[in-house]
Amino acid sequence: MARYVSYRDFDWVLLGFVLMICGLGIMEIHSATMHTKFAGAHVKQIYWVLAGVGMMFVVSLINYQALLDQIHWFYIAGVASLMSVLLFGQRYLGAKRWIHMPGGNHFQPSEWVKLILILAVAKYFADMRQRELSWSDFLKAGAIVGIPMLMVLAQPDLGTALTYVPIAVMGVFLGGLQWKQGLTVALLATVGIGAVFLVPRVHVLKSYQKQRLTSFIDPELDPQGSGYQVEQSKIAVGSGGLWGGKGSQTHGNFLPVPQTDFIFAAFAEEHGFVGALGVLLLYFIVLMRLTQNAQTAPDRAGTFVVMGVVAVLSFHILVNVGMVVGFMPVTGIPLPLMSYGGSSVLFMFLALGMVMNVRMRRFVN
Amino acid sequence: MFGRDEKVSEIRLTAAQYIILAIFLVLAYGLWKLQVMESGYYASAAEKNRVRNVPVLAPRGKILDREGRTIVDNYPSFSALLLRDSSRDLAGDADLIAQGLHLDANEVRARIRHFAAMPQYQPIFLKEDITPDELQFIEAHRNELPELDTIMAHRRLYPRNGFMAHLIGYVGEVSEDMLNQPQFELYNAGDVVGISGVERQYNTLLMGQNGSRQALVDSHGREVGRLGETEAVPGKQLKLTVDIDLQIAAEEALEGKNGAIVAMDPRTGEILAMVSGPSFDPNDFAVHVSRDQWNKLVTDPDKPLLNKAIQAQLAPGSTFKIIMSVAGWQEGIAQTLHVNCTGSAEFYGRRFGCWQKGGHGAVDLDKAIFQSCDVFFYTLAEKLGIDRIAKYATDLGLGQKTGIDLPNEVSGVMPSEEWKIKNFKQKWFAGETISVGIGQGAIAITPVQLLRAISAISMGGRMVVPHVINPTDVPPGYVEAQHFTEVKNVTIDPNGWNAITDAMGKVLLPGGTAPSAHIPGIDIAGKTGSAQIVSLATRAKFKNAEDLAQNGWFVGFTPRRNPDIVVCVLFQGGEHGRLAAHLATQVIKAYVDKQRRTPQKLVEKPKIGGTVDIGGLWTEPDSDGDKERLQGGRFVLDLSKKPLAVAIAAPGMQ
Repeated sequence: MARYVSYRDFDWVLLGFVLMICGLGIMEIHSATMHTKFAGAHVKQIYWVLAGVGMMFVVSLINYQALLDQIHWFYIAGVASLMSVLLFGQRYLGAKRWIHMPGGNHFQPSEWVKLILILAVAKYFADMRQRELSWSDFLKAGAIVGIPMLMVLAQPDLGTALTYVPIAVMGVFLGGLQWKQGLTVALLATVGIGAVFLVPRVHVLKSYQKQRLTSFIDPELDPQGSGYQVEQSKIAVGSGGLWGGKGSQTHGNFLPVPQTDFIFAAFAEEHGFVGALGVLLLYFIVLMRLTQNAQTAPDRAGTFVVMGVVAVLSFHILVNVGMVVGFMPVTGIPLPLMSYGGSSVLFMFLALGMVMNVRMRRFVN
Repeated sequence: MFGRDEKVSEIRLTAAQYIILAIFLVLAYGLWKLQVMESGYYASAAEKNRVRNVPVLAPRGKILDREGRTIVDNYPSFSALLLRDSSRDLAGDADLIAQGLHLDANEVRARIRHFAAMPQYQPIFLKEDITPDELQFIEAHRNELPELDTIMAHRRLYPRNGFMAHLIGYVGEVSEDMLNQPQFELYNAGDVVGISGVERQYNTLLMGQNGSRQALVDSHGREVGRLGETEAVPGKQLKLTVDIDLQIAAEEALEGKNGAIVAMDPRTGEILAMVSGPSFDPNDFAVHVSRDQWNKLVTDPDKPLLNKAIQAQLAPGSTFKIIMSVAGWQEGIAQTLHVNCTGSAEFYGRRFGCWQKGGHGAVDLDKAIFQSCDVFFYTLAEKLGIDRIAKYATDLGLGQKTGIDLPNEVSGVMPSEEWKIKNFKQKWFAGETISVGIGQGAIAITPVQLLRAISAISMGGRMVVPHVINPTDVPPGYVEAQHFTEVKNVTIDPNGWNAITDAMGKVLLPGGTAPSAHIPGIDIAGKTGSAQIVSLATRAKFKNAEDLAQNGWFVGFTPRRNPDIVVCVLFQGGEHGRLAAHLATQVIKAYVDKQRRTPQKLVEKPKIGGTVDIGGLWTEPDSDGDKERLQGGRFVLDLSKKPLAVAIAAPGMQ
């Protein structure tokens, strides 16, 4: 089959927009870390992006259909790596999320599991024959995502665990979710979330997680904690105005972690509404380009793979930018492509590699 | 094998696109709301984050004596303050702060609540005059407690042991009550203002204006730059009319006693010395005064916080006989009145005793004054009647505020028929007039009133307003100068003036009431007095209150003609005016001695070609700083070299 594959079909336009976003991210990382101990992070980010692009090409060469055939092995490996984090992981800031690798690097398996889940869900729904989703299919799809999600929650890492949800939601939605099912699940979810917050005996969320969420609802309750971060982020964004400003929030160290989770706030402060809207537009173009690729995919599985990537990317943007503008609680979810960090960058390029992979095989059948 | 069946629903893919679009519109709206609609609010919030207003405290003006010698100075000290524009949980940090600064955590929290309504950029003063270890605590906790900061303040350094405490007063943090009064409306909570004495009277002049520094800070509250600074305007220095040398003499005279001594220049009304005893140390108030210490001062029966020179209201006793003499002379009665004193006399069916049980025999005005014969003045009072006595006493300022430029002066009481009806709804009994004739009964005056009245009599009726600063030493606009130079002329017949002051001159001579206080070579005219200590109310309760100790009074001036100093002494519990006279003569002696030492301003016109000697006193900063010291020197000018006739008055010379 490989002889039908050509880089003429590689989505160069998509890559162009993606690299523009990465470039803006690198610029902002440079600006935000200039006089801090993180100075020079932008150079590392450039290496990550280059590595990501390289891996993207590699991944695009492996036939995704072959990958999907072996997905159960990947799934088992992913669950096993999550288990090993729980057993041997390095405790950092109260959570076990990383495994130290030889050579001083550390490895956060929950990011890779995300990719495996996209493929697993795609495989499951591609194999499904009927037009409408049965309750047993629904529960099976839920279990595929639910098991690793509970393990990540146990780390505890609520933010990453939540990013698994849109993969399942997108799969179920495109797989033929019925209105009744949707309403039932929405109702159950509402009751469940209500129980977590209102019933004191239920200890699903750690107290810091509850605090983050409650302080989102009323930032005054916790001025120096998460509420403080949201408030400082809003000040940063708001003071940027239409055209951007000096960036005193970013450079005066008022904005927490301006190179990672709050990079969009830093960007919005320095480049204003015009700049921030421009970045949103770039992301929107990327997402629209991706859904277009999903539509032209050679098979159901390809569509599901691409739409899984769309779901994860959209969710990241919604939660991250929503947090920055004060619509969402602080969850520690980075902004893909812009935020500093190797795991996040590599995940995005691997996911894009999968998308390219699907696109390059659109005329195969 | 895969995908040959139907594709994924196009409708659902499109729906997914619309959902993404909706998400982006919501996010774009979020940006629009923050960056366009509310950008002004957030811009100022960012500015507030970044810029901190640090007050720069203005030093208060120094207080100097009439010769420019420093009485009150400032010293640098550190205060701990709490910045509220950082978004810290202040109440949560209160325990650590209280521990480090040795304060009570609840007090700190109460203080934070108390200032909650004030603008955020205004810091709260937590503790003044902090110790080096507290300063170190603040420096060591810059990261943990970024809201805690220090400021250098200039603190008041008052003379020790309560020297001049009542006249100078003290400063303190402006109270809530004061802030509600219109004259303090420009002050802010936390400002240090004058609470009493000169510090309060001339607060606007002494206080200066605080500046502020706009510092750029990072999120840890560390200063990373500076935007601008409005400089503090230091307070103006204030020169008093008081002469330290004389004040020292007065303080020494009154040491360990209750009462007051006031000395004044009768020509101008300049107060030369003012002491009230017992005293208190205003340095205790400069830092927060402890509750125990304050209660002790307030409940002390000797009332150390009261400036008795202007706030003690007491019967003047026999010193009032001088006012009686003036009234009697002006009415044409005293100069011809001759009384035979047998030790007592009967008026309105009641027997009134003279202090001299054996009687003074034949008494005229002259003898009545220097021997202080009660019977003579009983008779005079009977002939004058209360309303004529009250008219002259009121003309001479008794029972009224003198208008001295010190806060909380009291008026005292000069009784009259009208006064009694108004205040007691009772008719005046003629018998009461007899007691008033010797300065007893309902009459109550302050030492400074008596001083002013006797000063006017010594000057032949020229009555000045006592004051503690010279308005020409003060920049215009701070003080209404005309008030100080206001002169009231009370008509006194020159013959009467001669007769009365001559009689007063005999008080300190053999045969007078206080010959032991005589100082050879100094011509002092004065009058002793002693009066019951108890108030009107107590006197009503104890009919026979003679057992109680009496207040000694003395008021006198020198020289007898054209006097340049008048002194009034109140010696509470001093039994006899003679003892008060001793205190007064100590002050007068110090004054005369100094005058004789000090070179006079008049310089003889030098002969061209000769030399001329000029001595002088002046103040100049000493080698290690701003403390001024009195210097003296003698100059010999060789006029043959410089054909210039100059009359030089060194600073500090009168």
